[in-house]
Amino acid sequence: MDLRLAVPSKGRLMDKTFDWFAARGVRMRRNSLDREYAARIDGADAQLLLLSAAEIPRELAAGRVHLGVTGSDLVREGIPLWDQVVTALAPLGFGGADLVIAVPKFWVDVDTLDDLDAVAADFRATHGHRLRIATKYHRLVRGFLRDAGVADYQLVDSRGATEGTVKHLTAEAIADITSTGETLRANHLKVLSDGCIHRSEATLFKSRTAVWNDAARTALNALQARLQIG
Amino acid sequence: MSSKAAIRAEAERLQAVFLASGASVAEVDLLQPAATLLELYGEDIRARAYTTCDPDQGEMMLRPDFTVPVVQQHLAGGSAPARYTYLGEVFRKQPAGSGRAREYLQVGYELFNSTVPAAADAEVFALFSEILLPLGLTPVTGDIGILLAAVDSLSTSEARKSALRRHIWRPRRFHALLDRFTGTLAPSPHRAALPGAAGDRFAPLIAAAGPAIGVRTPGEIEARLARLQEEAKTPPIAAAESDVLDEILSLRKTLPNAFDHLRVITGDLPGLDGAVCCMARRIEALDAAGVNVTDLPFEASYGRTMMEYYDGFVFGFIDENWPDLPPVAAGGRYDALCRVLGSGQDARAVGGAIRPERVHQMQSRLAGSG
Repeated sequence: MDLRLAVPSKGRLMDKTFDWFAARGVRMRRNSLDREYAARIDGADAQLLLLSAAEIPRELAAGRVHLGVTGSDLVREGIPLWDQVVTALAPLGFGGADLVIAVPKFWVDVDTLDDLDAVAADFRATHGHRLRIATKYHRLVRGFLRDAGVADYQLVDSRGATEGTVKHLTAEAIADITSTGETLRANHLKVLSDGCIHRSEATLFKSRTAVWNDAARTALNALQARLQIG
Repeated sequence: MSSKAAIRAEAERLQAVFLASGASVAEVDLLQPAATLLELYGEDIRARAYTTCDPDQGEMMLRPDFTVPVVQQHLAGGSAPARYTYLGEVFRKQPAGSGRAREYLQVGYELFNSTVPAAADAEVFALFSEILLPLGLTPVTGDIGILLAAVDSLSTSEARKSALRRHIWRPRRFHALLDRFTGTLAPSPHRAALPGAAGDRFAPLIAAAGPAIGVRTPGEIEARLARLQEEAKTPPIAAAESDVLDEILSLRKTLPNAFDHLRVITGDLPGLDGAVCCMARRIEALDAAGVNVTDLPFEASYGRTMMEYYDGFVFGFIDENWPDLPPVAAGGRYDALCRVLGSGQDARAVGGAIRPERVHQMQSRLAGSG
């Protein structure tokens, strides 16, 4: 088996991925021992690897897997020049979430990036430090704010419970993934009207750096025909 | 001799000229505390400098340039006039796939607190011109002071001027602001819907929107709403004025022609007079220092996209064979940076840096074709 396919190793993302492939005649199964990260695939000439969704971009970029299912947000954040390193073969229609910039709801004077930039200047003059934006998406957020010409902010790293950072006084605004917006609302935050950085969804990616020998290419063609993609 | 050794030898040759001009050697650390650089340059520096973490000192950066540590060293030693030269590696992250050097030498010359700024500008530029003369580079000059003065002389509110000044170095944002202030761009629906009522109506509006969480206080929001009300009442900047600003920003002529043009513009924007006089003194000083000013190119917007610390005279030397590469040498005046780092201490400076590996490449090419 020359074609290596990586899919998320747990949770809803794994279940939905299995469902998506099953609906197209490719059956994936985790080995009966529930704690073992090994899996079988029927209906495709490929080796199936269960990996953390967060690590799949790295494996794709290094060419250690030929195909991988993961969130498009993770690929864009994790791989410099991602579109030269991987190709998106098919959006899978689930795992949808937006990477957005959000501020406290009671900031009635702030609705756009324009406002955020102006507030950042005032904030720095008043408090003596830059307006802090908590996120784990440093590359995407920095690029987005640079293109928008927002200044006088700084990113602070937040690996979880990001929506709570404003209340805990460790950030003034956040940039995070949201699907329903419920967590944002529960934490008294609102999304800027032009603050959507990326609409993410689970996507099947093809590595452009992996070794594509004849057998791997043949297996990919067969898989694509079966999945009716690309 | 390996190319790295040859580049270092070239760098030492260049530095010898700076030493002969009366500069003393400044040695600064490779590892710089990140806090100062972040405070000055903001998040952009994280995208450009290599960061590392010291268990005791916290976040550190591999020296992305010499200017900041040299200014700090100078300020620590008092404020007497001084000339410094430095030679060493700087480190810059480069866009993936760009093939640009991530580690390279810089040789620089910085002149502090000379009594006559125009003469100092001229001294630095003349020195760089002379050193680089054999390479046949194309010089370009500019003056951020003209742009700052042009913004200051607009007949509009101080709030608008300060917003424009803040974004001089981000041309896209600058123009978006200008479009809003001239009324070309309509306010957002949210902005248009903000209350036009008196200040005492703001507090209930803020309280009704949600609990006051975070460091920014309801008082700060009230104050900004009041400023937005003021802003909405401020008449638009007249098209004639913003046209003049555009005319200045797009000015690209020889130095004497640019100067004549700016002097004419001063008729419409009298506030420009001080900066134009500064320019006149600099042209005289350049001429006195032996620079051929007649053909010297001037681009008013030059230096706007460099890192935001130049606030006066700026210059660069460009290799026309590789116009997309950064200049072989560049520099300028950075009085504002000195003020920020010196927290009020009187310091002014002008200087520049050369990239010896580019000089070495050009010399090898010239030797090969000659």
